[in-house]
Amino acid sequence: MKKYVCTICGYVYDPETGDPDNDIPAGTSFDDLPDDWTCPVCGAGKDSFEPED
Amino acid sequence: MRPVEIKPDVHWVGAVDWNCRNFHGYSRSPWGTTYNAFLVKDEKTVLFDTVKHDFLEHMLCNIAQLTELDKIDYIVANHMEPDHAGCLGELIKLAKPEKVFCSPMGKKAMDSYFHDTQDWPVEVVASGDSVSIGKRTVQFIETRMLHWPDNMFSYIPEDKLAITSDAFGQNWATSERFADEVDRSFLRRRLAEYYANIVLPYSPVVLKTLDALAGMNLDVDMLSPDHGLIYRGDDVAWVLDQYREFAEQKPKNRAVVFYDTMWHSTEKMALAVADGLIDQGVSVKVMSVKANYHSDVMTEVFDAGAVAVGSPTHNNGILPELAETLTYIKGLRPQNKIGGVFGSFGWSGECVNILTQWLEDMKFEIPEKGIKWKNAPTHETFQQCFDLGKAMGQALKAKL
Repeated sequence: MKKYVCTICGYVYDPETGDPDNDIPAGTSFDDLPDDWTCPVCGAGKDSFEPED
Repeated sequence: MRPVEIKPDVHWVGAVDWNCRNFHGYSRSPWGTTYNAFLVKDEKTVLFDTVKHDFLEHMLCNIAQLTELDKIDYIVANHMEPDHAGCLGELIKLAKPEKVFCSPMGKKAMDSYFHDTQDWPVEVVASGDSVSIGKRTVQFIETRMLHWPDNMFSYIPEDKLAITSDAFGQNWATSERFADEVDRSFLRRRLAEYYANIVLPYSPVVLKTLDALAGMNLDVDMLSPDHGLIYRGDDVAWVLDQYREFAEQKPKNRAVVFYDTMWHSTEKMALAVADGLIDQGVSVKVMSVKANYHSDVMTEVFDAGAVAVGSPTHNNGILPELAETLTYIKGLRPQNKIGGVFGSFGWSGECVNILTQWLEDMKFEIPEKGIKWKNAPTHETFQQCFDLGKAMGQALKAKL
């Protein structure tokens, strides 16, 4: 599964680890993140993310 | 204040804001602040950062004592927030620099702050980029979210000097420029207050940045934030250690009880909760949100391992000034806290559930159910509140 990078702060969402602090289990693809999920570092929305090169 | 030569040919040219009392409109700064800017005279004359716009003339006067404005070749803008880039537009107009350096995110912020930037001689630099200015080199290190997306550090290896933007800053207006010239415990308090109210949400970024800096093996014997005192010699390691400790947020044997009250019932309950904490040997601070601005409460919450919050029920909710303080604290994302809640009520009594929800949302550990009491408290109420404080104190001690 593809990693996604926050274009605001550089945080990398890695589906293999998920975002456990915000109840997103490991194995959740970026597309499957809820629409209201936000970057755990800067708070930007999903639309601020781009696939990692 | 006049320029101060902090290293040979490196001059502080900033401004002291003696009367600033509310930093950026949200954090009380009872001791004022400074906006630090630096002028380096090498083959190229380079200005690092500017000052808040109100102090444009102070900075121009400082620069004029060292060089003519049009001799400035480069401007480095480490951060676009208006207390540092506030004079950037005027400086570019007056000095007509050959180049203006900023980070990739800095360029975006620059365009959205100043708008008419298309003719500015901007050179975007990323981590690892550097520029020679003669005998010296300036290396750029992006520090995204420390504390805005655009922040970066500038490092001059030949001077062993790091200019670190807002990181390591303190709000303290002084005639001294160096940390080793002022009272250490007061300095630490100002450093912690700044961290708690500005940097805290980005603590994971702070830890990563500290590790990255350590990995780069930078030789630094002077570290200059853009607010407050400059660290030199052993103080560089001291302030890096302080930041690591702040960012780790390990619990301390301290507690804050903050509350709002209408007819003193919740206030009396607050004092009984505090007594329970004191009984467990915890150092306690009791704060009414009417007597204490939200940033002062936050500074104490940051420094505490346990936090008790009280409000009476008001119109089926909680009192507005307490909600305001909670909103502010939640945004700063404090970690590793023991929590407890209490409050009096007249008829419906929602306060305790609402406060519990606030603390749960902040991931506080809540060892004991909240205490609510109808109208005036009794000895029984105080015993329950005392027991709440005691349980919080026990839970905190288990974590120390």
